[in-house]
Amino acid sequence: MSADFLYGIEVIINGLMAGVLYALVALGFVLIFKASGIFNYAQGVMALFAALTLVGIMEGEVPFSHLINAVFGTEIHHFGWEVPALLAILLTLVVMIFFAWAVQHFVFRHLVGQEPIILFMATIGLAYFLEGVGDLMWGSDIKTLALGLPQGGSLWVEDITSGLGGDDFYGFFIDKLDMVATVVAIVLVTGLILFAQYTKQGRAMRAVADDHQAALSVGISLNFIWVLVWSLAGLVALVAGVMWGAKSGVQFSLSLIALKALPVLMLGGFTSIPGAIVGGLIIGVGEKLFEYMIGPMVGGATENWFAYVLALIFLVFRPQGLFGEKIIERV
Amino acid sequence: MKDMLTPYVTDDGRQIGETLMDMRNITLRFGGVEAIKDISFNIQEGEIRAIIGPNGAGKSSMLNVISGFYNPQEGEVWFRGKKRPPMKPFQVARLGIARTFQNIALFEGMSVLDNVMTGRLNHMNAGLFSQALWKGRAEREETENREAVERVIDFLEIQAIRKTPVGRLPYGLKKRVELARALAAEPKLLLLDEPMAGMNVEEKEDMSRFILDVNDEFGTTIALIEHDMGVVMDLSDRVIVMDYGRKIGDGTPDEVRNNQEVIDAYLGVAHD
Repeated sequence: MSADFLYGIEVIINGLMAGVLYALVALGFVLIFKASGIFNYAQGVMALFAALTLVGIMEGEVPFSHLINAVFGTEIHHFGWEVPALLAILLTLVVMIFFAWAVQHFVFRHLVGQEPIILFMATIGLAYFLEGVGDLMWGSDIKTLALGLPQGGSLWVEDITSGLGGDDFYGFFIDKLDMVATVVAIVLVTGLILFAQYTKQGRAMRAVADDHQAALSVGISLNFIWVLVWSLAGLVALVAGVMWGAKSGVQFSLSLIALKALPVLMLGGFTSIPGAIVGGLIIGVGEKLFEYMIGPMVGGATENWFAYVLALIFLVFRPQGLFGEKIIERV
Repeated sequence: MKDMLTPYVTDDGRQIGETLMDMRNITLRFGGVEAIKDISFNIQEGEIRAIIGPNGAGKSSMLNVISGFYNPQEGEVWFRGKKRPPMKPFQVARLGIARTFQNIALFEGMSVLDNVMTGRLNHMNAGLFSQALWKGRAEREETENREAVERVIDFLEIQAIRKTPVGRLPYGLKKRVELARALAAEPKLLLLDEPMAGMNVEEKEDMSRFILDVNDEFGTTIALIEHDMGVVMDLSDRVIVMDYGRKIGDGTPDEVRNNQEVIDAYLGVAHD
């Protein structure tokens, strides 16, 4: 096999792994949108907030330390302990569940029955509020997330694949972190699907996603389900935040990854979990492959815009996305 | 007139029990409009109770008060001998009051089986942990619930469409699936909002038969709203007649049929 062809395959594999992360972020959007019709602009900030909280808890930082010091004139920054990663992840999850409850209790409970645009505006407000809270709680400097996840190219993969091509092929370069992220994402998505299909709460969640009135009539509490989906979105955000944070540090630009989820959603459809996954993979592979093949001809950096152009084309020809429900206007 | 507050036996020999639901002086307002004006009535165990009246009389509002979708500004709702505080619809459903809707509220994306299964949600008590491990209680519960659902599906003769997504079904069958979902909850009180609206004669006959069978076999108490007078008079034990938010008649079909005020309301005598 020629080296060019093999490098093409390598690009596709790396694209799939990048796509998994896009899919994760998009999944958070889909969960909330399906169950409540809210397009949650704050999903990206939730990922950032989750990652910040995780780092903060692990390193034993005192939340709101700047505020506390400014008000009381104290000089505290650290508790002086370090929390093991697993425990810190669980604690962060508790924080995200509390956040889900608070969002439902203080914001969306009062906005039931409002126009979608109002709900959307509320999530924009929420995004900036949460960003501010994150800043206030944990400070605004870039943090490293030292979870002990493997990093760098996998020599093992390189070794066993180097024999595939000729002398000018050195084997596939695949980042270990990407591999971990892929496994984690697969476990997470499988878990979510099993949860939705086979548990009481999952059934109730699907019921609410389908019809609110009917759900009420069989005894489902909408409030509970909404807290549940925001919690699940928080869990997804935590996983996405950890993966992105481990890759490029926990910094405030992390919240911008939410933007990458938009073309994914346009491709996959806003209401489809498989759509979010397939859409994420298509965007991941598409932009890497495009950069590899067409990039050199147009001066590179196509990854910045490729996904959006693809989404735009989809909007024109198939506005409901690949898996979304077809929009039929009855006259 | 029969003494309606004590148990009685119907002409066809069914035993009607104590008061199940007691509505006392219910008034419901939307802004300045009074949809229901100071109405009282009761529903006894085992009865088929109908609410009739011209369009806009407040029948659906009354059903929505019973099912908790609206909370009345005045009056008391008594259920099984206890005063019911203002509640959300899902809490009312958990008390054992199931309902169908005038313009059908089903989970269109799910299969018939899944739809009916949602009716069992309140009969599932296993914790998330045991559900995840699929052991013991959760497994037993799932089997029990499946059996209950299959009984209802057999009973309403919808076996053939068990796996069909509800969105693809014709209107008449959707109505039947909605009834199946409500029945699966094994309600103490079943509320039917125009169960025969938009049906042809044959479908109406089927639905009437099902309603009578449900009442007969499971002893389910039923309160229904219906426009088709013939159907109502055949089905129900007692009828409430509403007009402009007021109650203008209450009694057996025969009593109601001969009530002058009811005749006026239906023939359109001018109100003064």
